[in-house]
Amino acid sequence: MHNETLEMTKYEMMKKIQEYNFSVIELVLYLDTHPTDLKALNLHKEYTKSLKELKDKYQKVYGPLTIYYPCNKWRWIEEPWPWEGSDM
Amino acid sequence: MWTYDKKLEYPINIKRTNPRLAKVIISQYGGPDGELAASLRYLSQRFGMPDQKSKAILNDIGTEELAHLEMVGTIVHQLTKNASIEEIEKAGLSPYYTDHGVDVYPVSAAGVPFTASYIAAKGDPVANLQEDLVAEQKARATYEKLIDLCRDEPDVLDPLRFLRQREIVHFQRFGEALNGVHERLAQRKFYMSKK
Repeated sequence: MHNETLEMTKYEMMKKIQEYNFSVIELVLYLDTHPTDLKALNLHKEYTKSLKELKDKYQKVYGPLTIYYPCNKWRWIEEPWPWEGSDM
Repeated sequence: MWTYDKKLEYPINIKRTNPRLAKVIISQYGGPDGELAASLRYLSQRFGMPDQKSKAILNDIGTEELAHLEMVGTIVHQLTKNASIEEIEKAGLSPYYTDHGVDVYPVSAAGVPFTASYIAAKGDPVANLQEDLVAEQKARATYEKLIDLCRDEPDVLDPLRFLRQREIVHFQRFGEALNGVHERLAQRKFYMSKK
């Protein structure tokens, strides 16, 4: 993990997750119709890795982003929902 | 946001073509008590829920209903993909075949296309959760009728039984969410004013 992520606020970290996530979505659409493009394939590898690392880090501190993240207490219902906006 | 997992919630492997059953099962895809209506109903209502439990249960059941929509679509597809024209005609699927071939299109068993009037979002959490309880019971009842109609097809019965069971669990969870909302409404309210 890059050192810069240590200093990130919750909002900044989520913004970065959304960026990585969008990059993956966009690459997947491209790869669906260009499955042999190695450059795109490597970018997909890079962004899925960054996304996974940052999501793991985010979830440890700010609670689960999916129902498949194990918790010692049920934080799923405690954190605000994405449609509620936020003042972070 | 959502992500897609390349798997069904419960396995479906139907070996025998049977467009007659597809014609009725499609009601749980795009009919009044089907999975499309269920998912849209809960995912639309979740925005207005007053407490964390009811927001979570509508979000998470709404999400599971999308997986059920995929299951019902899979059943319909597997029952029709190899059907001959004769089988389609004999099953009374000629009108459907004319407009949709053997694609999976959201209609009721009677052929009525899906409409948003199957769902409600009333701007009232108690009314919405009561509607959800009714919806789960109606879906359960529909699956029971389908189970009667599919009695000789074990490959179809098995996933239908699973889907019926899920309606019962959802009904239970919605009941608990409604109790939570009632408790919240019954709480004493304190008002503070700045001097």
